[in-house]
Amino acid sequence: MKVDIEKRILAVNDELAGSNRELFARHGVFVLDLMASPGAGKTATILATIDALRDRYAIAVIEGDIASKVDAEKVRAHGIPAVQINTGGACHLESAMIRRAVDTLDLDALDLIIIENVGNLVCPSDFDLGETAKVMILSVPEGHDKPYKYPNIFQVSEAVILNKYDTMGVFDFDEEEFREVVKSLNGQVPVFPISATKGYGVSAWAEWLAARIDAAKGEGSE
Amino acid sequence: MHEMGIAEGILSSSLEAAEGAGAVRITSVFVTIGELTEVSEDALQFAWEAICPGTLAEGSVLDITMVPASSRCADCGHEWVHDRYSGAQCPSCGGWVIMLRQGREMRIDSIDIDEESDA
Repeated sequence: MKVDIEKRILAVNDELAGSNRELFARHGVFVLDLMASPGAGKTATILATIDALRDRYAIAVIEGDIASKVDAEKVRAHGIPAVQINTGGACHLESAMIRRAVDTLDLDALDLIIIENVGNLVCPSDFDLGETAKVMILSVPEGHDKPYKYPNIFQVSEAVILNKYDTMGVFDFDEEEFREVVKSLNGQVPVFPISATKGYGVSAWAEWLAARIDAAKGEGSE
Repeated sequence: MHEMGIAEGILSSSLEAAEGAGAVRITSVFVTIGELTEVSEDALQFAWEAICPGTLAEGSVLDITMVPASSRCADCGHEWVHDRYSGAQCPSCGGWVIMLRQGREMRIDSIDIDEESDA
């Protein structure tokens, strides 16, 4: 006998992601899901973003890693609340993990939560966490061919950060080709070349994010 | 290897539906996956075989239908089937405001079961 189901495979994750999204909207918190490979500079980019925006917004960070709490400690040393999630081997974050983490934060006191997803260019791109926007980082040493190899993450991201831009002269990175492929995957997605540790380009990225945060707040108050 | 989490999602919905229908065994599970997702067919089959033993779905066939992406242009209404790299801009009018119509599916469609009377 055939039994019809007609249901999203990740229905449990997606329903909780929807509930997270409502919770964030109700408290007027912008939630950024930041995705990248291991070593692309996610934590450095988060610290640079915090420095650019901390005078304007109250920020917290959720750190996702398979193990360890080194990233959360780095963020806390910066004077910013941080919650560490250890996935225990899982290659991506899911909405239930985010819900448990945000339950430990005072959402009314926050404007921006940055989620540092597990270092991976594949799996995080298929999971809705309830975030306001997904953004990805590619670093110059990884090579300009990565959008060919990991297309989905470039397609679901609302901005692409090109980190370690100061190393451009050392690596054989074809920026023109990179931008062309990204455009073929995701139309007019903005690309922000930055050097997170040296500060280059961070303000352009931070202002884009600030405009998105303000726009979301405007929508929420209507 | 996020296919393990996806396989678990398929299994839990299948078991729920099977138990609701009084099944003694799930023989096949039909799912639809969009080509724009990062789901690998081989890895999903592997994960399925790994998690089914000891459940009603032990020995079942996971039937995966991959569907191509298609989009519609908001400017001129042109609709076309495309791969990952030809869906951002309208091939007809050059417009950039594109609505994806299919290609991101991760859906469980139905299951085939044996009922108690069949057993």
